[in-house]
Amino acid sequence: MIPEIGQFALVLALSLAVCQAVLPLIGAHRGDVAMMNVGRSAAAGQFVFVAVAFGCLTWSFIANDFSVLYVANHSQLSLPTIYRVSAVWGAHEGSLLLWIFILSAWTIAVARFSSGLPAAFAARVIGVLGLLSIGFLLFALLTSNPFDRLFPAPGDGGDLNPLLQDPGLAIHPPLLYVGYVGFSVAFAFAIAAMISGDLDQRWAKWTRPWTTVAWMFLTLGIALGSWWAYYELGWGGWWFWDAVENASFMPWLIGTALIHSLAVTEKRGLFKSWTLLLAITAFSLSLLGTFLVRSGIIVSVHAFATDPERGRFILAFLAIVVIGALILYAWRAPSLDSDVGFAPLSRETFLLLNNVLLVVATTLVLIGTLSPLVVELATGGKISIGPPWFNVAFLVPMIPLVILLGMGMHTAWRTQASKPWLNTFKIPAIIAIILGVVIPLFVYGRISILLVVGCAAAAWIVASSLIPIIRSVRREKGTAGITRSALGMTIAHLGMGSFVLGATVVSAFGVESDRALQPGESIEVAGFEFHMKSLGNAQGPNFSAIEAEIEIRDNGEYVATVRPQKRQYLVQRNLMTEAGIHPGMDKDLFVALGDQLGDGAWSVRVQYKPLIRFIWLGALIMAFGGLIAVSDRRYRPGSKTSSTAPAEPAKAAEAPA
Amino acid sequence: MNRYVWPLVAVGVLLIFLSIGLKDRDIRALPSPFIGKPAPQFELPTLKNPEVTIGSKNLAGDYAIVNVWATWCVQCRKEHGFLLDLAASKTIPIYGINWRDSRVEAIRWLDDLGDPYVASAYDADGRVGIDWGVYGAPETFLVDPEGTVIYKHLGPLDSYVWQREFASRMASGGARP
Amino acid sequence: MKRFLVLLAIMFASSSILAIDTDVAFDDPELQARYERLISEVRCVQCQNNSIKDSNVLLASDLRREIRRLLAEGKTDAEVADFLVARYGEFALYRPRMAGKTLALWIAPFLLVLLGGFALFRVLKHRMSLPIDDDTKNEGQPE
Repeated sequence: MIPEIGQFALVLALSLAVCQAVLPLIGAHRGDVAMMNVGRSAAAGQFVFVAVAFGCLTWSFIANDFSVLYVANHSQLSLPTIYRVSAVWGAHEGSLLLWIFILSAWTIAVARFSSGLPAAFAARVIGVLGLLSIGFLLFALLTSNPFDRLFPAPGDGGDLNPLLQDPGLAIHPPLLYVGYVGFSVAFAFAIAAMISGDLDQRWAKWTRPWTTVAWMFLTLGIALGSWWAYYELGWGGWWFWDAVENASFMPWLIGTALIHSLAVTEKRGLFKSWTLLLAITAFSLSLLGTFLVRSGIIVSVHAFATDPERGRFILAFLAIVVIGALILYAWRAPSLDSDVGFAPLSRETFLLLNNVLLVVATTLVLIGTLSPLVVELATGGKISIGPPWFNVAFLVPMIPLVILLGMGMHTAWRTQASKPWLNTFKIPAIIAIILGVVIPLFVYGRISILLVVGCAAAAWIVASSLIPIIRSVRREKGTAGITRSALGMTIAHLGMGSFVLGATVVSAFGVESDRALQPGESIEVAGFEFHMKSLGNAQGPNFSAIEAEIEIRDNGEYVATVRPQKRQYLVQRNLMTEAGIHPGMDKDLFVALGDQLGDGAWSVRVQYKPLIRFIWLGALIMAFGGLIAVSDRRYRPGSKTSSTAPAEPAKAAEAPA
Repeated sequence: MNRYVWPLVAVGVLLIFLSIGLKDRDIRALPSPFIGKPAPQFELPTLKNPEVTIGSKNLAGDYAIVNVWATWCVQCRKEHGFLLDLAASKTIPIYGINWRDSRVEAIRWLDDLGDPYVASAYDADGRVGIDWGVYGAPETFLVDPEGTVIYKHLGPLDSYVWQREFASRMASGGARP
Repeated sequence: MKRFLVLLAIMFASSSILAIDTDVAFDDPELQARYERLISEVRCVQCQNNSIKDSNVLLASDLRREIRRLLAEGKTDAEVADFLVARYGEFALYRPRMAGKTLALWIAPFLLVLLGGFALFRVLKHRMSLPIDDDTKNEGQPE
C-alpha cells in the first residue's frame, strides 16, 4: 500500500508542478496577481507530496519491503538500519527522487524568502523551477519509478553495494545534490531576468546569496567525496579525475566564477550578460553531470547502472533546458551592455582574470572528460586521458589564479593607483618567498620549482588575505569596519590557501610503500616503523573480515595502533579494503591490506601523507566563508539595503567601506 | 548579435556528439591495433604435446582462426559448441591459444567437450596473450593467407557473428581455403 | 580456525579492489621509482577505470611483470609506451602521448590561456575607453 501511496504522491506532485510552472509564468506576463500567487502555494503543495513520496520509499526500506523492486535490489535484511535509510539514494531511481525532493525544497525556500522581490520576478523564478520539477518528475515516473513492484517478493534483497555502507558516503549525495540542484535557483533567476528583460544590480544582489549557499554545499559535497575515496578505497588517493568526479567539479568551478562575476555586476552593473551566461552554464553543467553518470555513455566506477533510454530522456531534457536558455540569452544579451568602464589596474580586471582562468580550467576539465568519447565517435580509436594529463593541464590556469588571488582583494574598484598598491604586497611577498623555500627545504628536506611555487602561493594567499583584516582591526580598534561579506571572502580565500598547501605538500612529499608482511615483521616508511603484531578474524553485522593489528613507532616511541581490515560482505561477496589510518593535522599514517600471499603473509600498502587533512580542512573553511558571507546584513529581509525600491543614489546611510 | 550565438552553436555540437554516443555501442570494446597489420610473431609449445611448438609460422598460407580460450572462462564454454561445428565443417583451421590456464585442466576440458583446434598453443605466463593485445577471453582473430590480421572478435562466437563478420570478410578478401 | 582458513581461501580466490605489487623492488631506487610511476600511468584495460598499480586482475599483474622486464632490459619510458600502444592502442596509457592526435591535448592548456588572455585584452581595451565614474548604487559597499 505504502509504495502505491508514494507513487500516487509523485503523480500529484507532478500536477502541482504543472500548476506551479504554468500559472505564475502566465500571471507574470499578464500582471495577474492571483495567478502569480499560485506559484507559492503550488510549490508548497509539491513539496508536501514529494516529501510523502520520499517518506514512503524510506519506509519501504526501513520495513524491508522487498516487494518493491528497488528495495529488493539495494537492501538486505542484515543491513544496519542507518544504511537502509541511506540506501534510499544509493542507486539511480532513489537518488533521482532525492534530487526531486531537494529541488522542491529549494523551491519553497525561494518562495519563503522572496518577499523582498518584485511579484512578477518571483513568480517567474518559481515558474521556471516548476518547469524543471516537471522535467525530473516526468523522468522518474516515465523511466525510473522507484516504486515498481516485484512479484513474487523475494525473501531477502540483493544488498546495498558495500562501498556505500559507510557514513561518509551516506551523506555525500545529499550534500552534493543540495549544491548541484541549488544552481537551478541561479538559473531560474537568470531566466526570469531574461524573460522580463530587466537585469540590473538589484538582480545580482538577489542572486548572490542563493548562488553562494548552493556553492557552499557543493564544496562540502565534493570534499566529502574526496575524503571518502581516501579512507575507503584503499589506495590513499584523494582525487582521480574520474569522469563522475569531474562532473561535480565543473559546476563548482563555474559556480566560483559566477560568485565573483556577480560581485562585479552587483557593484557596478558590469558583465551582466556574462553573469547570465555563467548562471546558465553552471546549471547546465549540473545537468550534464547527471547525464554522464546515468546514461552509460562513459565508463566509470561511479556510474549508476545504465540504460540508454534514460540517457535519451536526460539528453532531451538537457537539450531543451540549455537551448531554451541560450536562445533567451542570444535574444536579450545584446541589449544589456553597459556604458561604464574601468582602468586596467582595478578590481574589475582582477575579477575578470579570475573568470577567464576558471573558465579555462573548466574547459580543460571538460575537454579531458569528453575527448575520449569524441575521439571514439569520430575515429573509432580509443584513447585515455588520466591524472597525468589532468594534473598538468589543470595547473596551467591554476597557478596564475592562486597568485592573482592574493592581489585582487586589495585592488580598488574602477581604478587603482599603482604605488600604494604595490606597497601592500611587500610584506606578503616576503613572507611567501621565505615560507616557499623554508617549508620544502627545512620541514621536508627537499626542494623543486613546483614545490616552492605551491608553498609560496599558499603562504601568499594567507598573508595577503589577512592584511585588510589586520588593518581594519587596527584602524577601528575592533571589528566594526569589517562587513560579513568581506570577512566571508577572507575566510574562503584562507580556505583556498589551506587547500593549496595540503595538495602541494602531500603530492610532493607523500611516500608510499608496498611490502609483503607476516605477523611479527616490520616495514619502515618515512622514518616510522610499522610492525604487524597479529592477523586475525573480525566480524561485523553483515561482513566477515581479516584484521591486522599494526603498531606504529617513531624511533622506538609508540605512536598508535591501526587495524586495517579486508572485509568480505556476505551477500554481494565483494571484498572491501578498510584502511587503518592514524590521522593528524600534520600527517596521516595510512595502512591498507592488499592480498593474502602464500605462507601467511599479506601484501601491505603503507603511506605517509603529510598535511593531507589541510585539503579537506581548506574546503571546510571555504564553505564556512561562504556561510559568513551569506549572513551579511544586506541580504536579510527587511534591511534597508535589500529594499526593492528603484536604485537611489548612494547614501551615507549605507555602511562605509 | 553574432557573438551571443556562439554558446548555442557550441552546445549544439556537443549535444550532437552526446546523442551519437548514446547509440548502441559497446563502451567496453577496445578496437584491436592489429587489424590490417601482420599477426604478432609467437612460438609456443602445444598444449597436448610440449615437445612440438606452434606459432605464427603455422598460420601462413591460408585463412586461419586464432581463438584465445581458457577453462576458467565461462563464455568460452558457451562458444565451444559452435567451434566444434565450425571445425567439423572444415571451412577454416582453428588454432587455439590456451591463456593463463592449467595444462592438466585444459587437456581434460578438451577431452571432455571435444577439441575443435588443429592445435592449441599453451601460453602459461600470458606473454603471448599480451603480444596479441588480449584482455578478456574468449577473443578470436581472423588471419588472412599473408598472415595479416583482418578482424578480431571479443566474446563468444556464434553462427550469426561468424556469418556477419568472418565469412563476409573471407569472401571479399579473395581466395577461399 | 577452519572458518579463518576458508575465509582466507575465498579471499585468495576472488579479486580485490586494492592490488599490491610485492615483487622484489629494483635495486636501483631510480629505476624502482620509474617503475612505480609507469605502472600508475598504465590503464588496466580490463577494469572500469584503474591503473595496473591499483588493480589485481590477472592482466594487470601480467602487465606489471612485462613492464618490469622491459625496464630491466634497459628500455626507456617511450619504448615501454610504444610496447603497450602496439598491443592495446593509445587506450592503455593514462598519459596521452605528446605525438599524433594527442599532441593537441598538451597544447590545449596553453592555447586556451592565450585565448583567454586575448579576450581579456579586448575587454580591457574597450572598458578603458569608457567613462569610469558613474553613479551606480553600492558606492559604499566594499565588494
